[in-house]
Amino acid sequence: MDMTQPSNNRETTAAESPAMIPAVDVLENENGITVRADLPGVSRESLHIRVDGETLTVEGQVNLGEVKDLEPVYAEIRTAQYKRSFVLSRDLDTSKIDAKMKNGVLTLTVPKLEQARPRRIPVRAE
Amino acid sequence: MYASLTRIPGDMFADFEALQRQVEQLLGTRGWPSSIRAASRGAFPAINMGVTPETVEIYAFAPGIDAAKLEVSVDRGVLTISGERANDLPRDSEKVSVYADERFGGSFRRAIGLPEDADASRIDAKYRDGILRITVPKRENAKPRRIEVKD
Repeated sequence: MDMTQPSNNRETTAAESPAMIPAVDVLENENGITVRADLPGVSRESLHIRVDGETLTVEGQVNLGEVKDLEPVYAEIRTAQYKRSFVLSRDLDTSKIDAKMKNGVLTLTVPKLEQARPRRIPVRAE
Repeated sequence: MYASLTRIPGDMFADFEALQRQVEQLLGTRGWPSSIRAASRGAFPAINMGVTPETVEIYAFAPGIDAAKLEVSVDRGVLTISGERANDLPRDSEKVSVYADERFGGSFRRAIGLPEDADASRIDAKYRDGILRITVPKRENAKPRRIEVKD
């Protein structure tokens, strides 16, 4: 049975229960934006990242491994699903998003469009 | 009696607190008997515990940690998980803007009481996909067994 479901509510499917919002760090440098998200229990295979217009959505399914006859006695994590969305801006290149997953931490990098990178504007003397 | 004096109307934080209480009430998470070592929400790492007829299974949701830096110990039936998670946000850099800094960074320590029938001398701990899974077998004489009825 699923350890992340409260024992008094076993009929609720993962699709019905609200997803957890993963903790993230978001930072920006001159090359683009980096998002780091804590997704413990989510493997590379059960992670889904999609871009719809300017919305970036990260979704993942927690997998605790199959254990026979497991009865939960104490649970702080009660949902097996993570989901979080971000609205990107037009200066970002959504076709070049890079995603890495290591030890349950997702690192997403969204580069800036070439023409959006900072550059010096030369000032000509008249 | 004078509680109303401390509740200034329009106090945003008090409103949030009331809302949070209502939500917890609706979800049914408030008022449940809780473990004395239970931490408030948001503690790192979050812990789930379950039992099978043979073992006690503990899951600590601790992403982004080097397995070698995780320490698991047990003393008089209390299991302690401790370690450190590096906060890898670049600091003091002019060219980096930080918009969100929600992820936990620093050292942590959490404890959970093992059920009485757990055999603390044989603990197995594995770290995978950011979850530390600890398996503690139950004592031989605590495992369920069939008693044969003789005639």
